[in-house]
Amino acid sequence: MAEILTTCVYCGCGCGLYLRVENGRVTGSSPSRNHPVSQGNLCVKGWHIHEFIHSPRRLTRPLIRRKDKLVEVDWDEALDFTAESLARLKEKSGPDSIGLLSSAKCSNEENFLLQKFSRAVLGTNNIDHCARL
Amino acid sequence: MAGLATTFGSGAMTNSIEEIGRADVILVIGSNTTEAHPQVARRIFSALDRGSRLIVIDPRRTALARRADIHLQHRPGTDIPLLNCLMRLILDDNLHDDVFIEHRTENFNELRDMLYRLDPTEKAAVANVPPAQLKKAAELYGRANKAVICYCLGITQHICGTDNVQTIANLAMLTGNVEKEDTGVDPLRGQNNVQGACDMGALPGVFPGYQAVSNEAVRAEFSGAWGRDLPAEPGLTILDMTHGGGKTVKGMFIMGENPLLSDPTLEKVRNTLENLEFLAVSDIFPTETAELAHVVFPAASFAEKTGTFTNSERRVQMVRRAIEPIGECRTDSDIICALARRLGYEMNYESSAEIMEEIALLTPVYGGMYHDRLESSWGLQWPCFNRSHPGTVFLHKYNFARGRGCFVPAAHQMPGEQPDEEYPFLLMTGRVYHHYHTGAMTRAGNILNRESPEALLEINPVDAESLTLASGEMLNLATRRGTIKIRALISEQVAPGMLYTSFHFTEAPINLLTNAASDPKAKCPEYKICAAQLEKIN
Repeated sequence: MAEILTTCVYCGCGCGLYLRVENGRVTGSSPSRNHPVSQGNLCVKGWHIHEFIHSPRRLTRPLIRRKDKLVEVDWDEALDFTAESLARLKEKSGPDSIGLLSSAKCSNEENFLLQKFSRAVLGTNNIDHCARL
Repeated sequence: MAGLATTFGSGAMTNSIEEIGRADVILVIGSNTTEAHPQVARRIFSALDRGSRLIVIDPRRTALARRADIHLQHRPGTDIPLLNCLMRLILDDNLHDDVFIEHRTENFNELRDMLYRLDPTEKAAVANVPPAQLKKAAELYGRANKAVICYCLGITQHICGTDNVQTIANLAMLTGNVEKEDTGVDPLRGQNNVQGACDMGALPGVFPGYQAVSNEAVRAEFSGAWGRDLPAEPGLTILDMTHGGGKTVKGMFIMGENPLLSDPTLEKVRNTLENLEFLAVSDIFPTETAELAHVVFPAASFAEKTGTFTNSERRVQMVRRAIEPIGECRTDSDIICALARRLGYEMNYESSAEIMEEIALLTPVYGGMYHDRLESSWGLQWPCFNRSHPGTVFLHKYNFARGRGCFVPAAHQMPGEQPDEEYPFLLMTGRVYHHYHTGAMTRAGNILNRESPEALLEINPVDAESLTLASGEMLNLATRRGTIKIRALISEQVAPGMLYTSFHFTEAPINLLTNAASDPKAKCPEYKICAAQLEKIN
């Protein structure tokens, strides 16, 4: 069994918590006693944070829409199709015909990369996220 | 955030969460703190245990309001007249801080003139609050040695959200309760990394670190680092895109968001997403939005990746990979880099630590944020300008980020919609303790779902009686935009004429009903107020 110190994803408090890992599965969480925000406390969401990680509802394979149905495909096909579609839109209607939504649940590094992708790769400032919502 | 940026020069919580527990007087407005920010509520309770005083301004009698010394249960959408009235009473009692105003602020005369012109009794009536209570609150806050104001989306999700925030800032500056330790103005951020997403420039008008895309020197720097010419015009905001009907943008890439449950007036969002020529979604669950996509990428969850989040008190902290991505999931970083390479742009990083190095180089307030430093500490609070900078516990020490704090007076604005004969109730929306945002994560867990399995509509006993309604009965709840079915919860948390429910539940998608009227500056929609009618289902 291992315990990995990480940061809770449920609100702006940012509690420090340990994820308990057994045989490659996350099976529990507990608060960090010395973390400056949580100080040995978690709310009910933090105590049960491990429950969604292995949910059978998780997406586990890339999907592409075919005849109104999403079907499983391999990564290369999903990525190629996306890149081609974005390139075609940019070519046909200009970079500002594309919009991107980033996420207040993703990491700083991921948010940084998506806005870099938007501005440097696609050439549009049409990037936002739900800070307002 | 536009509001605080104008008055103070920086749009973030000025304090650390720890400091809130040391204030003498805590004023909480538009925040259901015990349910949405439990750790902040804990600090407030420990301050109360030490003898600190609490003022809560909220249309609902929340758990925190029940513990308050003074609860001003005002009419939704009247924050500005109420706060202006408080400031006038503070001026009349000579409780303002002359020295602070003189040395640290500007534009005070304009605020003072406006306050002297208003009639406190009339404003108290507009807010529907007893004048004696207001006077008590003004004295308590005005006489405090160290006072902190906490606010949340109850302030920003209004047609006048920016003005609301600036009015709060006016109150803090009037009494000199900012720039010093244990005093300040604290927007509590709702989502775990909403601060970080803003800091990282996931906004249409700014690069990372709030550097304007329209500024030529800034653009030149990023252009040099990234090797491409960069667009100078600010882009479209989220509602411009999701309410555009497929005309403002024709294709979208949505990473980890679910606008088809979270955005107001959902019919418009659905119409837009269905009309897009191309929609790609990256998420951990098959959300309502993903169901409309042409391509869906399975993303790794927080337990399956390494990186950083920035919490509400500007603390940048590590998220660590606990397990390998499940199934064929990949991290969003991997997905973005793979797409960039296919589009002819080399985007290669060995690790998230290397991405952070690039962030530190291009973002002055993150200049000293390197993973090795964050690994060996409890994180660092921005601004942190270089490797030897210790980070910043509270903002604006000795000086506001913009130089002097600027008073920006504001007047009352009518909400985008008001109850009338046809739609007699005023509907507010928010969160509940057991769930988070659109519920994709929390509703996948057994315990949380057991505790809070469905959406409940809070209704006052007086209204319930006139509708001959019992708790647990089903209702049709309608606004001008749509109708949903929802279960009633009779509760004194809401005043007569008011209704409250949450937006976590796809079975009762409340945002079919909410009004998309939004603040012109911050583009924040008015989730907190719309007119509604009720009908019992027999």
